[in-house]
Amino acid sequence: MADLHIDNVSMRFDLPGGGSIQALKNINLDIKSGQLLSVLGPSGCGKTTLLNIVAGFLAQTEGDIRLDGDVISGPGPERGMVFQQGALFEWMSVRKNVSFGPDMKGVPKAESAPEVDRLLELVGLKEFKDKAVYELSGGMQQRVALARCLANDPDVILMDEPLGALDALTREKMQSLVLDLWKETGKTIILITHSVEEALLLGERLLVMAPRPGRVQKEYYLPFAELGVGADLREVKKHPDYNSTREEILSMIWEMEEEIMGRTEGEG
Amino acid sequence: MNDSNVFADLAEETLNIIISIGSILPYLAGFIAIIVASQTLWHKLRKSVDLGDSFNSLKTVTFGDESTVVSNKSASVLSVLLIFVLWGAFTGSQLLPGFLHVPGPFMGDGQFTYTADNGTGQMDTASVNVIVHAAGEKADKPKVEAGDGFATNDAISIQVYRSKLLLWDKNDAHNRKAGASIVKVDGQPISKGNAVDVGFARVALTDKGTLNIVPHKGVQMESIYLPSPEKVWKSLVSISKDGYQNVTLGEHLGFSLWRVVMGFIIGALVGIPLGYAMGLSNWFRGWFDPVVEFMRPVPPLALIPLVIIWAGIGEEGKVVLLFLAALWIMAIAARSGVSGVRITKIHAAYSLGASKAQILRHVIIPNSLPEIFTGARVAMGVCWGTVVAAELVAAEKGIGKMIVAASKFQNTDIVIMGIILIGMIGFAIDVGIRLLEKYLVPWKGKG
Repeated sequence: MADLHIDNVSMRFDLPGGGSIQALKNINLDIKSGQLLSVLGPSGCGKTTLLNIVAGFLAQTEGDIRLDGDVISGPGPERGMVFQQGALFEWMSVRKNVSFGPDMKGVPKAESAPEVDRLLELVGLKEFKDKAVYELSGGMQQRVALARCLANDPDVILMDEPLGALDALTREKMQSLVLDLWKETGKTIILITHSVEEALLLGERLLVMAPRPGRVQKEYYLPFAELGVGADLREVKKHPDYNSTREEILSMIWEMEEEIMGRTEGEG
Repeated sequence: MNDSNVFADLAEETLNIIISIGSILPYLAGFIAIIVASQTLWHKLRKSVDLGDSFNSLKTVTFGDESTVVSNKSASVLSVLLIFVLWGAFTGSQLLPGFLHVPGPFMGDGQFTYTADNGTGQMDTASVNVIVHAAGEKADKPKVEAGDGFATNDAISIQVYRSKLLLWDKNDAHNRKAGASIVKVDGQPISKGNAVDVGFARVALTDKGTLNIVPHKGVQMESIYLPSPEKVWKSLVSISKDGYQNVTLGEHLGFSLWRVVMGFIIGALVGIPLGYAMGLSNWFRGWFDPVVEFMRPVPPLALIPLVIIWAGIGEEGKVVLLFLAALWIMAIAARSGVSGVRITKIHAAYSLGASKAQILRHVIIPNSLPEIFTGARVAMGVCWGTVVAAELVAAEKGIGKMIVAASKFQNTDIVIMGIILIGMIGFAIDVGIRLLEKYLVPWKGKG
């Protein structure tokens, strides 16, 4: 069991020119082991800040975060991270990238090799294992990043817009892959995204955040992720609730954006 | 000296430079004309041979499209060839067929006449036979008949590119003391201070009344200013066999290279950790920033006098100088290599469980290697330039020392050979580091 408790977390920091920013305010979340949570919101709503706090790259100013009862105070291998792009080590082969976690732990090659091979096969890159990562396409690189994260067997996988830099077709394929991996490994996944569709498809639970101060606006529990496992995602989109939920969330985010625009215009 | 003098001097110098540039312009225009003409010719030639269609050849917009502009190998070959042809043409090289030579100096026999006035209005004409001989050869004066009249015929031998005074009256019945003087050369009236062209030479009447014979020099360069290519090649062969001033060419080059390599290695060994420290710690960055930023713009050549005062002209001094030349470049390269690492890579490594030491070893160092190689190329280039300059100032052995010693004896062939060797070795160093870079950091620019 690896439950993640986010307890009344706030974050504010001072600006160099005076004043301060309330990036997050009183975030309370309980994420059960194995849950697939997607987080959506306009830019500046603090979703990436929240992810970085969970990952341990930033410190909250109030509240605390516990994983399995242990307070999080820095980065750790039990919380794996998948970034948008550019986080692979281009001086290593695909295989070396994937085995980076075990290698750093000092696991002998012979012991980690079968698992690395299995993961490479799972993400469909078996033939590419000895290639340099810069020889791969963007979608393949993200599959390496997923495999690398899984090779370390984390309890929670944090994804910061992992598919944001991919083209539409590759993105759809990768969404299916993420769902399959979620089902196959049973990991807790927190996924940050800009795309409403992606949040709907890849969120068993969906969080809509609002800016200034960063807070949770609304929460949904959705059936689409479960339906999408092993299925055609375009079929899932035909679900009667899909479009209505999408419209609801879109208009919510539009409203927030309008508010931000109005406010900055008023300030200017 | 007051300020207005400085301004006046500088204005004059500026004017001189502008005039020099103006006098070069026609040659420059000619050179550009050759380039353009050869291009046109090349395109005509190439059209007659079908080379197939490359993708670039199908692009219709090429002017301004950077991707279609690649170095034309034929132009490079032609350019180097032209340099050698011009070099050969202006030095009368034996490697070139004679018709390509520009007019050389006059050599061989020439003759002109002078008409003397014995002071009383009586005229007599005598001839002067001139022999212009090659440098290092001995040529006897041609024998001439005395001829008739009071002015007797003269003969003189002159080395090529030199001139000679002819004391024409020495053998004449009436000499200058007796009031005789020359009034005509080759039938053209002449007065003191003026000159007459006699076809193969310029003959001037000096203030003392003698004749100054200056054979035409043509437009070829005298060997002391620019030796011919084969002469440079010969000196390369002889020096690589016998050495120069009891030091072999290998020793000269070896010492220079050894200094560069030593200075560079020590500079890198100190500079790279320093750069890492500056890239990884606020305190170290703050501590060394003023030093590095101050030392970086100081050219290493400006340190030569100080290094000689402190460390003498021995090897230590030169290695210290090259160490200083490489140090700041390598430190800055390492610093920017560290600063250039994407934060997502560091974050990824941390969340994969890597320790600080592991991140340094497996992420920061490999990520900084491309920058360090770029720095190494710059540093080796600067070191190579600096060592030659340092040897020009003071050294016992070294390629720079060799050319400065040769210049003192006006062995221009050795100077030019040294310059060519310096250029080729500098180029070889750069190519070598680039190959090493390709082999060791294939991921450069692909992050």
